Amino acid sequence: MDSAATSQTAEADTKNATLIYRQSRWTRLTHWIWAFSLFFMLLSGLQIFNARPQLYIGKQSGFGFNNTILQIGAENTDNGPRGFTEIFGYRFDTTGVLGWSGPPGQETPRAFPAWATIPSYYDLGTARVVHFFFAWVLSATLLVWLIAGLVNGHIRRDLAPRVEDLRKLPRDIVDHAKLKFHHTREYNTLQKMAYGGVLFVLLPLMIITGLAMSPSMNSVLPWLNEILGGRQTARTIHFTVMVLLVLFFIIHMLMIVAAGPINELRSIITGWYRTDPPAKHDQATERSA
Amino acid sequence: MAKFQISPKFQMSRRKFLTSASLGLSGIALSGCDAFDSGLGIGGGLRSFLENANGLTWRAQRLLAGRDALAPEFTEADIRQPQRPNGVTAPDDDTYKGLLTNNFADWRLEVTGLVEKPLSLTREQLQNMPSRTQITRHDCVEGWSCIAKWTGTPLALVLDQAVVKPEARYVMFHCLDTIEQSLSGDIKYYGSIDLIDARHPQTILAYGVNGKPLPVENGAPLRVRVERQLGYKMPKYLYKIELIDSFTAIGGGRGGYWEDNGYDWYGGI
Repeated sequence: MDSAATSQTAEADTKNATLIYRQSRWTRLTHWIWAFSLFFMLLSGLQIFNARPQLYIGKQSGFGFNNTILQIGAENTDNGPRGFTEIFGYRFDTTGVLGWSGPPGQETPRAFPAWATIPSYYDLGTARVVHFFFAWVLSATLLVWLIAGLVNGHIRRDLAPRVEDLRKLPRDIVDHAKLKFHHTREYNTLQKMAYGGVLFVLLPLMIITGLAMSPSMNSVLPWLNEILGGRQTARTIHFTVMVLLVLFFIIHMLMIVAAGPINELRSIITGWYRTDPPAKHDQATERSA
Repeated sequence: MAKFQISPKFQMSRRKFLTSASLGLSGIALSGCDAFDSGLGIGGGLRSFLENANGLTWRAQRLLAGRDALAPEFTEADIRQPQRPNGVTAPDDDTYKGLLTNNFADWRLEVTGLVEKPLSLTREQLQNMPSRTQITRHDCVEGWSCIAKWTGTPLALVLDQAVVKPEARYVMFHCLDTIEQSLSGDIKYYGSIDLIDARHPQTILAYGVNGKPLPVENGAPLRVRVERQLGYKMPKYLYKIELIDSFTAIGGGRGGYWEDNGYDWYGGI
């Protein structure tokens, strides 16, 4: 009886599910330009970090005093050279990935491994060329997206948080934890928080801390580093936001796989998205009512 | 009508583009970026295209900063350590060592090239000119920073004394230290800035740091401070300033030693 009902519902689902035009061409185009740019910015950024694999807090780097909060390095031990990562004084052996890595027998001291950097060999100058090119692309795209999103209503309609989002949040967290996804035109609360957080907090913070590291921009906006806590703190924030963006990317990929990769990918490539049948929603509404 | 015919084609080509782009990305990731590496050598087409962004950065920052916007200056309390030396810290060149033995009594700063009155200045002559002292942050291209107090002669005063010819566009700094030994001979450090940065109020020829004479590791007897740019734009062990209208004939033609090895000529970011 139960299984019959389920198969009937499934049949009705396919019949009633509707394709809707969910993502405008502006959203899709800017999404893919960001994806492309962030890939190159991450790998060239890790190369730039390798030139000075330490993070500090304050206006300057401590050589005569200690304000280092993160260090990736290599050291000689009784068991040969080892790679280490030290965060807030806690030291971890990260041989093979961070500090000391390479093909067996050809390991070299380098903070991030060759497979994670552009170029794969040590070349700070080239990494900077790549990094700043895509910094322009990323920033320009963010501006285009902002204008398009304000004009076509995407930001107000899809991203702006509402009171009801707050009400839905606990249920939304439970649903995500159970990998139970509702395919609707609207973003759910956690999606709004994630996308809004990346677009309105993380990416602008990345641009601001990037500019704060530029000595020329310091002459234009001398207060920027004062707000951020000094150039070296700005550099540390820049690195931390990178880690957060990588975390976002990992969760983003997991959610796409869990929610149905074909439907999700179609929506960000063509704009068309298959939503859950309305019947299900009516029931859900009734239940919650 | 025409619109409907064009549209599907556009969709197809865009889809193709996205597919090949994602294939390209995974290919790059799989091969450890070797494919990408090969297109990035100096003079390569891909690199030259990407380097256009540097010109954009230079123009944008010049537009925003103008000629005279000052780099932030700090207080005595911010001087917490000696200026960290980098690059060459003890030149092994005989000429330099000879000058050092004599405490630079025989050293001269030559000002040549596109000037009306070529100069040859002793250290005393430079020190007798009006000086500027500034506590600034030195930012290395590698990512570290260090705050120190620099004292020196504004470069603008030296240029005024030599009377720069109107056709001059850049100041080339020639140094005494060998930065690289190559088959075709020793390469001594060289680097250039444009006349806007050369005449910037904070651009000084520094002979003192943190209240003491400039030590050898920081570039004695004279080094450049260009406070709106990174450390590699501030040559040490200076002995000649040459006014030029183009740097294409000097070294690799990109304006400086590190520039010829891949760094951007503009080091404001």
